[in-house]
Amino acid sequence: MAKGVKPRVKVPKTAAAGETITIKTLISHKMESGQRKDGDGNIIPRSIINRFTTDFNGQNVIDVTIEPAVSTNPYFQFEAVVPEAGEFKFTWYDDDGSVYEETKKVAIG
Amino acid sequence: MKTKIIITSIAAIAVSAGSLMADEDAQLVIDDEAMTIQADAPAHMENVDEVLSGWIFRSRETQALQMDDFDNPAFIFVDQALDLWDKVDGTEGKSCSSCHEDVAEFAGLRTKMPRVEDGNLVTMEELVNECRTDRMGAEPWKWSKGNMTAMTALIGLQSRGMPMNVAIDGDAAPYWEKGKELYYTRVGQLDMSCSNCHEDNYGNMIRADHLSQGQINGFPTYRLKNAKLNSMHGRFKGCMKNIRATPYKEGSPEFKALELYLASRGTGLAVETPSVRN
Repeated sequence: MAKGVKPRVKVPKTAAAGETITIKTLISHKMESGQRKDGDGNIIPRSIINRFTTDFNGQNVIDVTIEPAVSTNPYFQFEAVVPEAGEFKFTWYDDDGSVYEETKKVAIG
Repeated sequence: MKTKIIITSIAAIAVSAGSLMADEDAQLVIDDEAMTIQADAPAHMENVDEVLSGWIFRSRETQALQMDDFDNPAFIFVDQALDLWDKVDGTEGKSCSSCHEDVAEFAGLRTKMPRVEDGNLVTMEELVNECRTDRMGAEPWKWSKGNMTAMTALIGLQSRGMPMNVAIDGDAAPYWEKGKELYYTRVGQLDMSCSNCHEDNYGNMIRADHLSQGQINGFPTYRLKNAKLNSMHGRFKGCMKNIRATPYKEGSPEFKALELYLASRGTGLAVETPSVRN
């Protein structure tokens, strides 16, 4: 179980209908690659976030497969069109089976 | 021919001016709040006219990281400290929030640290550990470990934007004098003092890097080189290793005195905690 995992997301609170907004996400995670060895020469087991998805009102916006080369605290910035008021749902999938979720509402205005 | 000479000399001036800083007119604005990154030097500084934040000396990309609290990686640790704030620890069953209702009550504290209490020079780290051992019955945190730097960043953040203003008179005077002496004393195999780099040569290159004035108004600071928050005393140790001297210990009287003296050299600069540096 990875410790100190905490998702952070920045989404504008309001947007015009049809506007393209910029979304920033970051999750604090050690992203242990599985390539390193400890002091005794034993391999430190891999422990990374392997998938990140974002849905808007149930419709998928982005779906990312993450590989071990991604460094600590993976940060994603991307753009999305907001056709209507609704809710973004962000999901991170950990190697250990944990799922971290965060939601953000966007109003039209 | 004459014109050619003039042109080359102008180019030479432009190059030397360019190497001083990344962008001299850059303004540090965080959440629509402008930070004071330049100020007239306090009267006790004999060799410097203007004090400059270390932010000025960094590259544009590094500067941009500090201008947005989301992009600033230090805020991961500030978030962790907010969790620690409410976490009960120790034999008394207390957390920070049991006594201190809101961390915002520490607004302004960072500008006055370190300070003298009952004749002893006290730093932020010691205030935190005093609470932990005396009031919470918990184990003290190590000086530069993650918990401590996160907590001092959270407390320091409350004072962000306020001008540094430590007391250096009265009880603090002997500590300040000691700090000043350390600042100007050459040590180590390279036989260098703090002033050789941070007073005589700030703005010049040291290998691939711009030397700053060595201001401490942004500590604890997130460094790109180790991707974590760095304490002041940890940074002092790094400097001393670079000049091949034997570093003093974190929390030693020497480093505490130096911290006070350096804080006084930054008088007037805004607290930038937690800053981003390379």
